[in-house]
Amino acid sequence: MDFSNFLLLQQEISLMAVFVILFIYDVFCSDKGKQWFQLVACILFALHTAVGFLPFPTGEAFGGMFVGSNITIIMKNILNIGTFLIFLQANNWLKSQETAHKRGEFFIITLVTLLGMYLMVSAGNFMMLYIGMETASLPMACLATFNKYKERSAEAGAKYILVSALSSGVMLFGLSFLYGCMGTMYFSDMSIQMVSEPLVILGFVFFFSGLAFKLSLVPFHLWTADVYEGSPTAVTAYLSVASKGAAAFALMFTLYKVFGTIEAIWNPLLWGSAVITITVGNLFAIRQKDIKRFFAFSSISQAGYILLGIIAGTSQGMTATVYYVLVYVFSNLAAFGVISAVENQTNGNTLISAFNGLYKNNPKLSLVMMLAVFSLGGIPPFAGFFSKFYIFMAAAEQGQFLLVFIALLNTVISLYYYLLIIKAMFIKEGDEQSVGRFVTDGYNKTGLVLCTAGILVIGIISCIYEHIGALGFGM
Amino acid sequence: MSILSFFVLVPVLMILFLFICRNMQQIRTVMITGASALMVLAITLTVMFIQERAAGADAEMLFTASTVWYPSLNIAYAVGVDGISVAMIALSAIIVFTGVFSSWNMNMAREYFLWYCLLSVGVFGFFISVDLFTMFMFYEVALIPMYLLIGLWGTGRKEYSAMKLTLMLMGGSAFLLIGILGIYYGSGHTSMNLLEIANNLAIPIEIQRWVFPATFLGFGVLGALFPFHTWSPDGHASAPTAVSMLHAGVLMKLGGYGCFRVAMYLMPEAAQELGWIFLILTGISVVYGAFSAVVQTDLKYINAYSSVSHCGLVLFAILMMNQTAMTGAIMQMLSHGLMTALFFALIGLIYGRTHTRDIREMGGLMKIMPFASVCYVIAGLASLGLPGFSGFVAEMTIFVGSFQHSDTFHRVLTIAACCSIVITAVYILRTVGKILYGPVQDSHHLELPDAAWYEKISTLGLIIAIAAIGLYPLGISELISNSLTPIIGKFAII
Repeated sequence: MDFSNFLLLQQEISLMAVFVILFIYDVFCSDKGKQWFQLVACILFALHTAVGFLPFPTGEAFGGMFVGSNITIIMKNILNIGTFLIFLQANNWLKSQETAHKRGEFFIITLVTLLGMYLMVSAGNFMMLYIGMETASLPMACLATFNKYKERSAEAGAKYILVSALSSGVMLFGLSFLYGCMGTMYFSDMSIQMVSEPLVILGFVFFFSGLAFKLSLVPFHLWTADVYEGSPTAVTAYLSVASKGAAAFALMFTLYKVFGTIEAIWNPLLWGSAVITITVGNLFAIRQKDIKRFFAFSSISQAGYILLGIIAGTSQGMTATVYYVLVYVFSNLAAFGVISAVENQTNGNTLISAFNGLYKNNPKLSLVMMLAVFSLGGIPPFAGFFSKFYIFMAAAEQGQFLLVFIALLNTVISLYYYLLIIKAMFIKEGDEQSVGRFVTDGYNKTGLVLCTAGILVIGIISCIYEHIGALGFGM
Repeated sequence: MSILSFFVLVPVLMILFLFICRNMQQIRTVMITGASALMVLAITLTVMFIQERAAGADAEMLFTASTVWYPSLNIAYAVGVDGISVAMIALSAIIVFTGVFSSWNMNMAREYFLWYCLLSVGVFGFFISVDLFTMFMFYEVALIPMYLLIGLWGTGRKEYSAMKLTLMLMGGSAFLLIGILGIYYGSGHTSMNLLEIANNLAIPIEIQRWVFPATFLGFGVLGALFPFHTWSPDGHASAPTAVSMLHAGVLMKLGGYGCFRVAMYLMPEAAQELGWIFLILTGISVVYGAFSAVVQTDLKYINAYSSVSHCGLVLFAILMMNQTAMTGAIMQMLSHGLMTALFFALIGLIYGRTHTRDIREMGGLMKIMPFASVCYVIAGLASLGLPGFSGFVAEMTIFVGSFQHSDTFHRVLTIAACCSIVITAVYILRTVGKILYGPVQDSHHLELPDAAWYEKISTLGLIIAIAAIGLYPLGISELISNSLTPIIGKFAII
């Protein structure tokens, strides 16, 4: 065996190293020594994130099973940044009575799911993709049910595991059709033999449905709101950012690399699901009273926007998609950081009314929240404006003007409900349900500062987009 | 760095300074310094522009500068001005300056002025940009602060109005964005630069046919195009004084300027072909706005509907597509901007004292606050087009230009639009008569003080500008007529 293959796995190896160190620390260290756990975990993970920015060898490993290219490295870096920010945000929740004794587990399980996502992104074979997806999904159910004495959390975990088992089943079923038609699972071999015959199309539809569950596209979105609401906030943030990002990347790679020749088949399919995903997500978000459910629906509609970049099928589309996810990571996590800070004050109450009059008591937090929702709603000069504009450009380049127009009208609807949050924080007066003045803990603060910097800077400086653009590729 | 970038830089600096302000005194200092700096910049720019033109610089845009921003998408930060933009920048500077004085005593002043400065960033940025992307970006930057400015500091049904205004304008910008993408890809996706597209690239007529309505509608919403004007009365009525001034005075001009600069300039063929649809709509705006103003009893509503009518006239004149009418359109933008700002400043002044805007509850204000009342009469006379004020020059030019079309369709519309002048006189004179003369309605009003010094600065500044345009219109028309030539030239070729 050629061990040089492992050189391509540097990020995975580094992640495993962090995992092993934390595991040993968690198992063998005394309770007293564990008070540094959060700090050590964050520093180690920050180092790991930094490693991702070093130059890497690229190529295919293990006979094409694993693909390491510059764009996958960027994608993994985005996932790393998201995870790092979530580690920072989770501090206050992890310190609480119920979860303090299993703090280590949170980090370890999260790292395992992250490894699964790496494999999804780097897969060169459908089996690898499937294994990655399972590695990412099963531990996620443990995370969702982390507050195990809370009924909702347990419910969320059960729902998640059932839905993800079902979606894996559906996906495998589709993969078996594809294998039956082509006799191979390797992306490169399949793309050569790809023909639009009924069985292949059926297989593709099942495969797409499986990933659509992960990406929570309508009509596979029904689990999202309940799971998001029940899970601990840090896990909800992780689900909405990392899990969704990895699924989007995997979908993009498979569509571009494997199903490129049958674009005529999947284009209308994605077109339709993008339209209903954006619209349904938006319309349901308007009605929500609970802020986590609210962001669940908002993230559903954001997934629809991601599809716009994927539909384009060009290198511009890939660039716009990756950039969109990057911006989405910062914007959404800024919002979740504020939510978790507020939630800690209200004993888990996440109603939007808890935010009433937040500006009077906590001006900085409400400003961060404002930046976050403006960025999510695509208001300049924040990063979200740029990412939306570019994703629309990518779709319009392929002549999808109608799709872009529908998406644009939806941004107006989305602005309505994002403004409801602004209205609650700035215009409404506080009442007994709303939170008083409080101080956010240092970790969360760091996270929020990083998010704010990201939201303000990523759009204004063009080098990030251009860097991704130099590496993206089309069908 | 070109002088133009300072127009964006100064408000940004003002925002940064506001963050470190500790008390009202410092906030006022920052705002007055910043607004004065903008005024000085605007005057310098105007003088420099006239000198350059006199020295024989005949490029379409002067002071152009371009920095590549996103090379792979051909997006650049490109600035440049012609006479029209210079006039608009000067208008904005005047209104920003006077607006600061009109919002002298605000609660939560720091937050208020933060948003106010952000609004100015958007407005100035829009007028200096010649790149479609940056133009659109600044356009949206100018829109979003309105939500909080109205929602927090407004009066009446402020939350409803703020939401309605924001969503309708953002809906307009959705049309605009699709239009911009259509222009970019229709012209062969090589440049986002307006001048480059206008002079060197051609957009196929099939694409123009849908891009032109989208862009015109997108900007038209902000220009209070019937039937998308409904945000305007509610928004203006609920907004605080200076925001109404800035919004009616400058922001609505973004709509007119955008229709002119993007929709008409880049797509003249489609404008010729489809302009009649919008001409009818603007005609309705003009007449309907005036009639609606007649039946209102709230001072701000009267003025807001009058804005719908006057801004309708701007778009109406732009769509006439000849030199005279277009010159009139630009003058009307200036004139209406100053006049409405004056109106809103005075209404804010009166409302701040009487705590009512209902004209039935006021009367005899001329005895109580003579200064404010005289100013109100002047604003009214300027609005109904009395010679000597800016309104006369603008409307006269527009109607003369419109009447140059000899076909029945244009003639009928022009005559209909002319009728609005009479209706304007009705509601202006009625309001003036009701609130300024006659018996005092409420004995509490007798104690009210006249305008304070800061309010005097604000109103006098605007009156001087109005009179200057009215008495020396040639200066303005020379400033802008040169800049109209390339656009008119495009229509002549077709």
